[in-house]
Amino acid sequence: MSESVVKHAFSTAGIMIGFTVVGTVLLATTYFTTRLPIVESERQAKLKLFEQVLPASLHDNDLLTDGVKVAPGGDLGNREETLAYRARIAGQPSAVILEATAPDGYSGDIKLLIAVRADGELAGVRVLAHKETPGLGDYIDIAHGDWIRKNFDGQSLAKTSDDRWKVKKDGGSFDYMAGATITPRAVVKAVHKALTYFTAHREELFSAPAVKEGKHE
Amino acid sequence: MNSREIIENGLWKQNPGVVQLLGLCPTLAVTSSAVNGLSLGLATAFVMAASNASVSPIRRWVPGEIRIPVFILIIAALVTVIDLGMHAYLHALHVVLGIFIPLIVTNCIVLARVEAFAAKNDIGPSALDGLMMGLGLTMVLAVLGGMREVVGKGTLFSGIDLALGPAAKQFVLTVVPDYHGFLLAILPPGAFIGLALLIAGRNWMESRKQALPSTPPAVLAAGH
Repeated sequence: MSESVVKHAFSTAGIMIGFTVVGTVLLATTYFTTRLPIVESERQAKLKLFEQVLPASLHDNDLLTDGVKVAPGGDLGNREETLAYRARIAGQPSAVILEATAPDGYSGDIKLLIAVRADGELAGVRVLAHKETPGLGDYIDIAHGDWIRKNFDGQSLAKTSDDRWKVKKDGGSFDYMAGATITPRAVVKAVHKALTYFTAHREELFSAPAVKEGKHE
Repeated sequence: MNSREIIENGLWKQNPGVVQLLGLCPTLAVTSSAVNGLSLGLATAFVMAASNASVSPIRRWVPGEIRIPVFILIIAALVTVIDLGMHAYLHALHVVLGIFIPLIVTNCIVLARVEAFAAKNDIGPSALDGLMMGLGLTMVLAVLGGMREVVGKGTLFSGIDLALGPAAKQFVLTVVPDYHGFLLAILPPGAFIGLALLIAGRNWMESRKQALPSTPPAVLAAGH
């Protein structure tokens, strides 16, 4: 009696192990066959994103192989190490793409991709990720409005003095929509800080050696 | 059970969204627009057909005590394979649906159909059942998403370009021009209210259907 119970337990466990092994093999095979296409499609997606903030005329190098580490805790607001990518024309620095985090959105972090030309002028800003209220604060996203393009393209610290980097409601020069002031306020502040960061670290951003692709994330 | 019954059950009589009320988590979470609802619904339908079809042929070799872990293992493996495959070869669609695909594993309607149907039936009917239950859910997700989108944003099919490419942007309908939005419909309470209306609507249609044909047979029965 007890022997048959043990036998039953073992055969059940055996079947379970069998299914687990088959499942593992299936997943491992899929993982290895899709690994390279996934890396490639993520590369393409990243380049597409870069295209949005940085006109193709501003670089002739492979952006993804020219990254430089940005330590957390600085003016870019990143809590983890990120990469800044450098654009060059014939080897000469033309722009840099920075990833910045605005910690004070209406509902948490707003992640931004900011391209700054070598002369300190903004080439483009896009929202990478946000949790702002749909239909209210989400006009910062290019998918929901032109706000981010109208307000930041071509902006620079030289054109707008430090005390004007605020939404109009606070006495600055940036548009906002009634009912959602906190969101644009956070974005304007983050872009301003990113430009400050760029001005302070311009030389080291462009001269630091590139990190190897794939090391990050 | 014949194919006709399976189709009827999945799409109407036993509709997972408004009758069985299984899989409420995605129903409520992703239906902020018609395209979102439709896309996740189709992905779920595909997973359900695949998981039903793969459980059915092996059902005789799975002892009753460990059927649930084995079924979950199969569903999870299938979903991961689909997730990785989409990520590699349909990247644009993966960007839109990416976060929802792994959630399909936790959708209890998938396990429910495997357990209630595929574990007892042959592969053909099982696959059909999975597909039809999935399409039934898709219908509910799409209608609920559409309702919330029209009331909340005044548009229909916004975001379709993310699923079908930029050329599809022309399909976006502006139902109410110059609409200022009704936030409640987009936020989670809108999902609950919308689903309640759908359930009520279906119940009303069913009760009307039952009230009509039940009267003549009663008279006939009295005649005997």
